Amino acid sequence: MLRFLLRRLSESIIVLLVMSFIIYALLGLMPGDPIDLMIAANPELTSADAQRLKALYGLDLPIHERYLTWLGQALGGDLGFSRLHRQPVMDILLPRLWNSVQLMGLGFFLAAALSIPLGIWAALKPRSPRDHAINFVAFAGISVPPFWLAIMLIMIFSVWLGWLPASGMGQAGDPASRLQHLVLPVLAMTLLTVGGIVRFMRGSMIEALRQDYIRTARAKGLSQRGVVYGHGLRNAMIPVVTILALNFGTLFSGALITETMFGYLGMGKTIYDAILGNDYNLALVGLLFATATTLIANLAADLAYAWLDPRISLR
Amino acid sequence: MTTPPPVAPEQEIRLAAEAAMALQPARSYRALLWRRFLKHRLAVLSLLVLILLILLAFSAPLAEALLGVDANSVDLFALKAPPSAAHPFGTDELGRDLLVRLLYGGQVSLLVGLAAALCAAVIGSLIGVLAGYHGGSLDALLMRLTDGVIALPLLPLLIVLAAIDLEKLGLPAALARSEDVSLYRIVILISLVGWTTVARLVRGATLALREREFVRAAVALGASSRRIMLVHVLPNVISPVIVATTLSIGNIILLESVLSFLGLGIQPPTASWGNMLTNALELIWDAPHLVVLPGLLIFVTVIAFNFLGDGLQDALDPRTLED
Repeated sequence: MLRFLLRRLSESIIVLLVMSFIIYALLGLMPGDPIDLMIAANPELTSADAQRLKALYGLDLPIHERYLTWLGQALGGDLGFSRLHRQPVMDILLPRLWNSVQLMGLGFFLAAALSIPLGIWAALKPRSPRDHAINFVAFAGISVPPFWLAIMLIMIFSVWLGWLPASGMGQAGDPASRLQHLVLPVLAMTLLTVGGIVRFMRGSMIEALRQDYIRTARAKGLSQRGVVYGHGLRNAMIPVVTILALNFGTLFSGALITETMFGYLGMGKTIYDAILGNDYNLALVGLLFATATTLIANLAADLAYAWLDPRISLR
Repeated sequence: MTTPPPVAPEQEIRLAAEAAMALQPARSYRALLWRRFLKHRLAVLSLLVLILLILLAFSAPLAEALLGVDANSVDLFALKAPPSAAHPFGTDELGRDLLVRLLYGGQVSLLVGLAAALCAAVIGSLIGVLAGYHGGSLDALLMRLTDGVIALPLLPLLIVLAAIDLEKLGLPAALARSEDVSLYRIVILISLVGWTTVARLVRGATLALREREFVRAAVALGASSRRIMLVHVLPNVISPVIVATTLSIGNIILLESVLSFLGLGIQPPTASWGNMLTNALELIWDAPHLVVLPGLLIFVTVIAFNFLGDGLQDALDPRTLED
């Protein structure tokens, strides 16, 4: 178990290092670099000045040398300054990471609370009208364009009904306003997540109820409740938990779009704005944060799998 | 007493076999699949909707000619015009005909969805069959790569990839700036990240097939491993690949619409359902139909592909054989 954990952690660190180089190289290929932007903003700079500035910031060095310099600084705890926000990268990312955790956490738990019972209920009577209805809703949930869902919610609840604010984070230090601004983004996240979980839960439960031990449990006279919850659900949850953890990337993508649409200051919006705004330091560290979180979610999926299913032993 | 005409023994057997076959309606595997597919009513309906959408989308030039409008011509005197004879659905925020743009946008979405799904399926099948057939360190390497790609936060990475400057990659400026390049780029980007599901499926199926008699027979007959993989293994894993590919088309169309909406996919003036919504947040106040229609079309197309995939899966699943 400990060896498994150590091996996976070291693998994750290697993946993270490889990704940091790939992202570093890709960001260098984006249109315009910070010096070009400086020149565009200040007409008095000559091309000789630009050359000197590039040399000063090391932008004339080959990519691997620049990367190694960056890596050395990053490992020393210096992740650099954000060009857009004029603050150290970590000072921006940490509060926004917390905002994203709130949004994704709330959306995910509401979705799970709603869809696990729905999935079970549908699985108990496959091909019945209620199964078809639940299945239809689940398919709708996975088929809706996330940005359009956000626009529709804003149109209905902010423009037509005027109940909720369309975007922003609410007044600082006012919990009621903060909560009001949280409702629509959380609703959007929930609706985006429900469909997938219902489909996994339903499929997994139907599969579990088809097993021989279910027939045995029924044969020994166990009540329907006992069969479904005692034997069926426990086994059906194993793949569901794993898939939920593995789908963290999808959750993050949904959050990026939802945050951008609602002007919610989370990680996704920060990364998106940083990429489009040529804010290399912020984009790089933000993307690495997102990669690291996804890797941790994957590791958690493996651990949960072993914990839920005693037949699996991690080596 | 009339004697039956003399019949040769072999012919007799053949006649008997034909009679037996006539009694039992001939039911090929394909007919059985089709019959099972027809039971999934939503999938059948989805197939019809998709055929209709494809026909409509590819009649866009015809609609353009009939209405006497041009999909990309801006008319500043008819911004957000209501429906009229010249513009049956009205015009958009730049005075362009909405109906024709919706039709052209459909072409783009469907083309990108089908092309990227096909490319991803080909890449995934090749990687899967190589990993499964050869095994060993090649398998370990390819599956690590697959796991790695699955573990990445794809949307932010796709945003970076879609934003990179092709000129800095050394492409000639004329090519990097041409109109079609955004279409090719998005197909390539999505296929580069979309192959993992098929690769895993094909690898799993190949591992099982490798031990089957007909593959061993082919090995014994001295067939090259390339021939075995292409002729003996791949045709036998085609049905799960078809299901996975159909189910992926919907996701790809969603991804394309997201990137185009963010201004990183299909570039205007070329219409796509995603980039028609780029200004949506300003339009919800006075022209909600400009916002509702493109999104609704994305939604209908994606859900139809998902139902179609679900229907195919049910039809191909051997566990539903009993009905």
